[in-house]
Amino acid sequence: MAKTDNMAKEDKSIGSGWHFSPDAIHKPAEVDTAAPPSAGRRSFLRKGAAMAGVALAGAGGGASVAQAAKLTVPEWSRTMGKPIPPTDYGMPIEYESHYVRTRSDVFVNRQNYSDWSMSPLQKQQGIVTPNGVFFERHHNGTAKIDPEQHRLVIHGLVKRPLVFTMSDLMRYPSVSKFHFMECSGNTLTDWREPRSTTVQQSHGLLSCAQWTGVPLAWLLDEAGVDPKGKWVMLEGADGSGHLRSIPMEKIMDDVLIAFGQNGEMLRAEQGYPIRAFVPGWEGNTSVKWLRRIKVVEGPAHVRGETARYTDPMPDGKWRQFSMEMECKSVITSPSGGMTLRGGPGFYEIQGFAWSGNGKITHVDVTLDGGRNWREATLEEPVMDKCLTRFRYRWNWDGGPARIASRAKDSTGYVQPTVEDLAREREIVGFVQHHNGIYPWAVSQQGEVTNAIG
Amino acid sequence: MLSVKLCGAFASALFLTFGAAQASSYPERPDVGFGQPISEADIQPWNIDIHTPSGAGLPPGEGTVAQGREVYQARCLACHGEKAAGGPVYGTMVGGIGSMTERPRVLTPGSMYPYAPILFDYTRRAMPMDAPQSLSNDEVYAVSAYIYYLNELIGEDFKMNAETMPQIKMPNRDAFIVDDRPDAQAERCMSDCPPIGTVADAEWKAGD
Ligand code: HEC
Repeated sequence: MAKTDNMAKEDKSIGSGWHFSPDAIHKPAEVDTAAPPSAGRRSFLRKGAAMAGVALAGAGGGASVAQAAKLTVPEWSRTMGKPIPPTDYGMPIEYESHYVRTRSDVFVNRQNYSDWSMSPLQKQQGIVTPNGVFFERHHNGTAKIDPEQHRLVIHGLVKRPLVFTMSDLMRYPSVSKFHFMECSGNTLTDWREPRSTTVQQSHGLLSCAQWTGVPLAWLLDEAGVDPKGKWVMLEGADGSGHLRSIPMEKIMDDVLIAFGQNGEMLRAEQGYPIRAFVPGWEGNTSVKWLRRIKVVEGPAHVRGETARYTDPMPDGKWRQFSMEMECKSVITSPSGGMTLRGGPGFYEIQGFAWSGNGKITHVDVTLDGGRNWREATLEEPVMDKCLTRFRYRWNWDGGPARIASRAKDSTGYVQPTVEDLAREREIVGFVQHHNGIYPWAVSQQGEVTNAIG
Repeated sequence: MLSVKLCGAFASALFLTFGAAQASSYPERPDVGFGQPISEADIQPWNIDIHTPSGAGLPPGEGTVAQGREVYQARCLACHGEKAAGGPVYGTMVGGIGSMTERPRVLTPGSMYPYAPILFDYTRRAMPMDAPQSLSNDEVYAVSAYIYYLNELIGEDFKMNAETMPQIKMPNRDAFIVDDRPDAQAERCMSDCPPIGTVADAEWKAGD
């Protein structure tokens, strides 16, 4: 197969094995199944570039791998690079402009203020989600708060009600912790049948960061908690006044008043200048744009604790205060919308596992729809209530496969199937807290599709 | 589960009082404090939460269904539609009572809220969405009366205030159970396991 210079360049653009078209988020990948095997790779390169979404290169794809073309010295080796400007905030190179979060599009809201955006998990490197693609969920848009004017107040069942400015809060010693955050509604479109194409759509209400802040226990102690105070109400300063109540035991254990995320101050959409961070619990308990903390005897049972963020149960019941995000995992590569471009051969299966109740201890991977499982490798660091990356080396035989992961956490809890969950809960309407095992189907053409249900 | 949490919380509170160590993932509190004292009176403009089961925190004021209809037409109709039956950006806020054992469950303030003051708390803090916290307390009572009237929970001559609101009998009052997870029990089967089950499998086995 003789290659022109042109071809060589095309090859380079997908040399990392990744090629992406934003279209793939909205529609399933198309692949050239009609082309004969020898022409298949080349014709895929062209078609792939246009529309095939994310493609995975298989190494050792067999006899059809041609000799590489002779190298040329590229333009960027023969010119000066861009000089350093006096100051700037660096942005990713234009070739990575496809690495973006996307507004909810499987379930489409009729306004974009009480709405959400999903993180591109299939393209995340490592366990830390960059701040610019960290998922969002707001109830009345992104508030813009002047940190000089912002105030945080602590009152209710305390001896001394207190008010803090941002500079007051930043005078305390701070702590930094790596933790995931997941929305209670993550994966809610995909219980009974595949609705999402990509893992971004099915699992993108999940991200992970290093959070910096002050333990709320310290501030409460300063205010002097009355022994009658058993719950703590957290309220946001945005136009939704989002409110959640948290039991005192959790507050005293590990709730942070966070102002830092991944090395910088919070982004506006993450609650700038200050938010609560409640490790391992559903995202909406980590109230953003935090303005008020009230110590109370019991929860107020506001809309966000009754009519929303509750789970339908059999006999018309609703489960309330289901805060912990239970152990869950998903394969992010290969995942929906990708194609195993290199044909049969070696592929690394990768994914994330996490638990709001502790550390991940095991992840198993199935290639045959759950009949048999093999243990995947957990990559260090494996941290409490944090994304853990797992890897499994797969030699795809080219036949249809059904791949999934299953995690176990330090409490001994094993990630269930949606069947296990549906035996306990009622799957009706928008059901939260979906931590079911999530299968992807791989066709003989290497096309990966959502196989839930 | 909740009672366990409450016991724990109670214990923490006791520890606080006696200044003893508490279960914490973080280092000990430094011996400093930077908060500035403020009186409860000065916090009042922000103190807008209602303890919805009892109605504690409901402010003085009153509103009728007729007044509420006017507030609704002026401030809510554009988004929520005629008679709160659904508009361009939000679905119905009326009906669904009795639907909790049906599919779908229709969630409205009438069918879903276990305590009537939830409507006051939410409307005052978050609505109208384009101008939150802009209604007077009388207006919030009035528009709440109108919405509950449309849901046939109160009569047309009902006067909504701090005393009457908590007494409205809500159909979903006893529907809530506190978190009792972990519920699903899965095993770490490694070979010759059943294939990954679906929601339909669970419903079929339950004879649904
Ligand atoms: C600009 C559009 C807009 C206007 C104006 C508006 N709303 Fe809303 N309303 C919404 C949206 C969107 C939601 C859903 C918000 C969410 O769930 O986060 C909502 C939710 C609600 C809910 C919760 C319903 C439920 O089932 O729990 C109530 C109650 C409500 N609005 C009352 C009002 C009242 C009363 C007014 C007028 C005073 C009003 N709204 C004006 C957009 C609007």
